Amino acid sequence: MIEARSLTKRYGDKVAVDDLSFSVEPGKITGFLGPNGAGKTTTMRLILGLDRPTKGTVTVHGKDFRQLAQPMREVGALLDAKAVHGGRSAYSHLLCLAQTNNLPAHRVGEVLELVGLSEVARKRSKGFSLGMGQRLGIAGALLGDPAILMFDEPVNGLDPEGILWIRNLMKALAAEGRTVFVSSHLMSEMENTADHLLVIGRGRLIADCTVAEFIARNSVQTVRVRTPQGDALRSAVALAGGHLAAVPDGAFVVQGLAPDQIGDLAFERGIRLHELAQAHASLEEAFMELTASSVEFHASTGVDGSGTGAAATGAGEPGPEGTAQPVTTGEVL
Amino acid sequence: MAATTQLPGSSAPDLRTAPSGRAGFAGAFRSELTKIRSVRSTYWTLIALVVVTIGIGTLACVGAVSRGNHHGPFFDATQRSLAGLILGQLIITVLGALTITSEYSTGMIRSSLTVQPRRGTLLAAKGAVFFLVSLVVGLIATFVSFFIGQAILSSQHLNVTLGDPNVLRAVIGGALFLAVCGMLAFGLGTLLRHTAGAITASIGLLFVLFVLINFLPSNWQNHVDKWIPFNAGSQIWSTIPPTGQPSMFSPWTGFAVFTAYAVIAIIAGAFVFLKRDA
Repeated sequence: MIEARSLTKRYGDKVAVDDLSFSVEPGKITGFLGPNGAGKTTTMRLILGLDRPTKGTVTVHGKDFRQLAQPMREVGALLDAKAVHGGRSAYSHLLCLAQTNNLPAHRVGEVLELVGLSEVARKRSKGFSLGMGQRLGIAGALLGDPAILMFDEPVNGLDPEGILWIRNLMKALAAEGRTVFVSSHLMSEMENTADHLLVIGRGRLIADCTVAEFIARNSVQTVRVRTPQGDALRSAVALAGGHLAAVPDGAFVVQGLAPDQIGDLAFERGIRLHELAQAHASLEEAFMELTASSVEFHASTGVDGSGTGAAATGAGEPGPEGTAQPVTTGEVL
Repeated sequence: MAATTQLPGSSAPDLRTAPSGRAGFAGAFRSELTKIRSVRSTYWTLIALVVVTIGIGTLACVGAVSRGNHHGPFFDATQRSLAGLILGQLIITVLGALTITSEYSTGMIRSSLTVQPRRGTLLAAKGAVFFLVSLVVGLIATFVSFFIGQAILSSQHLNVTLGDPNVLRAVIGGALFLAVCGMLAFGLGTLLRHTAGAITASIGLLFVLFVLINFLPSNWQNHVDKWIPFNAGSQIWSTIPPTGQPSMFSPWTGFAVFTAYAVIAIIAGAFVFLKRDA
């Protein structure tokens, strides 16, 4: 259980974290989302006592992190995979961490086995690939068998196999009743892993809800329609209070009406429909919509040229597997 | 690599430890010992320290012998055999600075403070480990330098033994001097968080200041001379009372002054370490 109250961090006159209050509950994966520069890493550093808050408090199991008797038993954190001395072997790195909390040395071998680094245990971590570095960082986080795990952008730069591994690991950790707190700027990644979401933009909390709630609340639900009588349907939809727009593949997208309403409308007017389907907006789109006003660095023009101004291209690359859902971007309007 | 996902919880890891499970100084000390032992730079620096200290001391004694035994009453056979400390101090400075600055340059500090967020404990353990390591290696360097040097000087009957007045104090004092040099650099490294900056500042204090003082007008020099870190600290490894140089401190007073410089650097460093964001 992590609890933040009015957590604020200023660097000079720049506010990195602005009055954040939230709690991270055990037994589920809480995704911490935000565009780059939103304050995710700063928040995690505040939780771990690496930075001191300008205002407010954050506690771990009700205590200041610095007061925990055995910090490694309570929190395992992977802030960045580069927080190691490259000249030290993986084994020595983990051993020196374990010793601080009086953890038995055999734990080092166990976590190395767990993350699949046993064969390179005696190699200096300087030569490790990004994926191996990430695994070493996770091994360090797991050393104390902690109740809370914190990962900052764990899938960044990983190959699909590595991403899948981390995703399954986080799910397994949460299923064991642990608190898993993971940050990402990749919405599609969170859609696949997180149970609960904390969304921040420019240091402020903009959403604290489940993934389903987040999508329902923040995305515009649309209906995809295919008909040879576009003009007839357009006027019918307009009369009923909706809005119809053409999309490049020849179909149409309706906003403001449910599929059954559109079906009935078409039936009454004798308009033929070849396709009628609810389009689910993906988390990626919902996120972009929500954070559009809070992205730190906007791209000057939207890539799709739709001119909506909401295309916050700086917010994140497409997810590793793309978004499988029907696409409803920009063209809707 | 196999994509394993079994977890420590399922195999119920045995994490039971000593009754006092609290992460404290003992654990931090063992951890720092592992850290200093597990990087190659430690070995290279310490080997260089021992080789250079002994090598220069040997050369200095060979030089003394080559001039026969026409040395005056102020010839200090112990100090001569320990002449390598003049360069040795610069080498230990590198290790002292690296002990803390490498944590910042590699990013390791974030891992270190995440497992031991009580910063005072971490810094104290780090300082204690470095001090002990440099003292032990320093003792090896000074004793070996002394014995080799005296063996060489004996050919002209210039040699002394450990039983002679002040000799044992000077040989052990040489190692203490090295360890305190290292601690000065450690303090500056903690303060500056930057390897090159910390080494430059330490060498400036220990070496450049010592050279620069010679350019001062002599009436100033007499007042300032003894306060120069090297002049204050190096009295501990000489055996002849500084009658020839009335302006110098006595060995232990000088060493106390020298240690005070290091303590100031460490206090300043510790203050920053405790207060500033990591």
